[in-house]
Amino acid sequence: MAYSEKVVDHYNNPRNVGSFTKDTPGVGTGLVGAPECGDVMKLQIKVNLETGVIEDAKFKTFGCGSAIASSSLATEWLKGRSVADAGKIKNTDIVNELKLPPVKIHCSVLAEDAIKAALADYREKYAAPAPAETNGAS
Amino acid sequence: MALKLPIFMDAQSTTPADPRVVDAMLPYFTEKFGHPASRNHPFGWEAEAAVDRAREQIGALIGARDPKEVIFTSGGTESINLAIKGVVEMYREKGNHIVTTAIEQRAGLDVCRRLERHGVEVTYVPVQPDGLVSVDEIRKAITDKTILISVMFANNEIGTIQDIAAIGKLAKEKGILFHTDATQAAGKIPINVESMGIDLLSCTAHLMYGPKGIGALYVRRRGPRVRIAPLIDGGGHERGMRSGTLPVPLIVGFGRAAEICREGMAEEGPRLARLRDRLQDAILSQVEEAFLNGHPERRLPHNLNISFAYVEGESVLMGLNKETALSSGSACTSSTLEPSYVIAALGASTELAHSSIRFSLHRFNTEEEVDCVAQRTIEVVQRLREMSPLYELAKEGVDIKSIQWKAE
Repeated sequence: MAYSEKVVDHYNNPRNVGSFTKDTPGVGTGLVGAPECGDVMKLQIKVNLETGVIEDAKFKTFGCGSAIASSSLATEWLKGRSVADAGKIKNTDIVNELKLPPVKIHCSVLAEDAIKAALADYREKYAAPAPAETNGAS
Repeated sequence: MALKLPIFMDAQSTTPADPRVVDAMLPYFTEKFGHPASRNHPFGWEAEAAVDRAREQIGALIGARDPKEVIFTSGGTESINLAIKGVVEMYREKGNHIVTTAIEQRAGLDVCRRLERHGVEVTYVPVQPDGLVSVDEIRKAITDKTILISVMFANNEIGTIQDIAAIGKLAKEKGILFHTDATQAAGKIPINVESMGIDLLSCTAHLMYGPKGIGALYVRRRGPRVRIAPLIDGGGHERGMRSGTLPVPLIVGFGRAAEICREGMAEEGPRLARLRDRLQDAILSQVEEAFLNGHPERRLPHNLNISFAYVEGESVLMGLNKETALSSGSACTSSTLEPSYVIAALGASTELAHSSIRFSLHRFNTEEEVDCVAQRTIEVVQRLREMSPLYELAKEGVDIKSIQWKAE
């Protein structure tokens, strides 16, 4: 099976690999997948708490080249979006952009799950009525 | 000397034909094109003599008493099908039970699964963590309905070599036929169907530097005389066991390949083992949490299988595929999307099955190639670990097994 040029590019030059330190404010983290399934993605967003815009995103992925590319692309797309807009990224957008074959669609699904999980974690920490946390983050 | 890239180190999937093999084959496409079953003219006689010569060469490789015991097929898969299905049909009145192992190659397992749907009972004996099957476990699995024991000689992924002689002895003691899938072992390590008590043996040319599309099944003629029902009916070729016009050029190539393997084995086996050990030592000494799969000693000289914790196999292959052709037990590299059942059968965690990489060397690999593959593998694994969340968690001291993973 040959890989698409974009998958190869993201694999060779992954965007935004890394992690935010634990005390970075405005961070939401999603950790999805399972080692026994051969795919685990950790995706983090760093939100400007004033504007609600995602200023930075980072990922780490255990998985095949397409899983790495899907999460790398997701971080690229997340940067500069509002939290509200971020949830609109669909796995089908990733499939189309990376030209993933049918056997790799689950990689894009996992990337969408990772985005949702990171957003949910962010909301739980900051957006939900949890005044103590918003105070702490200012 | 500049290395020629990509380097092929996937010789348990196939091997390049040896140029001497190709030389032997070429005349049989053009001037020596006869049909070996044409009994009335020199074209046929010439072809028949070439086929008989190949039978002798292959028979000699496996220690067959009589070259007529070698039946030509289209390859290892067909030989395995013919051996197992042929015995089941022929000995139906004696019983309907097969004893095999959990790590047979797909052909062996799939034949057994199909037969199970037709009322045959199959026991899949598990393997120990080192990949060896316990002969005692085979003994315990035998019933008065057992008609066949089928155990691979050496495994295609981990290279573990089974105690074939002990299994052959057990089969003789119980009066049960014994088939071994020797597709990976034949031509690589000594095989003797007589001293090892083998009644049926499957092998293929393309894993011993011969052409693709030709295999053989050894069918014992004496002590006991083994009978098998054919899969393919027709002109009654191959003593009625496998009809169809014999592909003479392929057979000639197979014979020559077997001869070269037999003559060179004493030198080639240790040489490949030294190269393999060099590769293994380089990787295991420089990569932490890299685990050797299979038995450290009882394995094919050209096989090395390592699981690299925290990285997924296909992503390793992808990082190397410009320079090196390897293979992985990762689900993403298999047509079934299941990780290696062989590594899983060793009792390793499924995660490590996804992380397994098989290096298999061949006759033409060099020390320089081994050093290049070792270096690049180490670099790719380290790069992927830097982007692995599992590696990060492990470094932080988190037990990955303690996390509640939500499988898709």
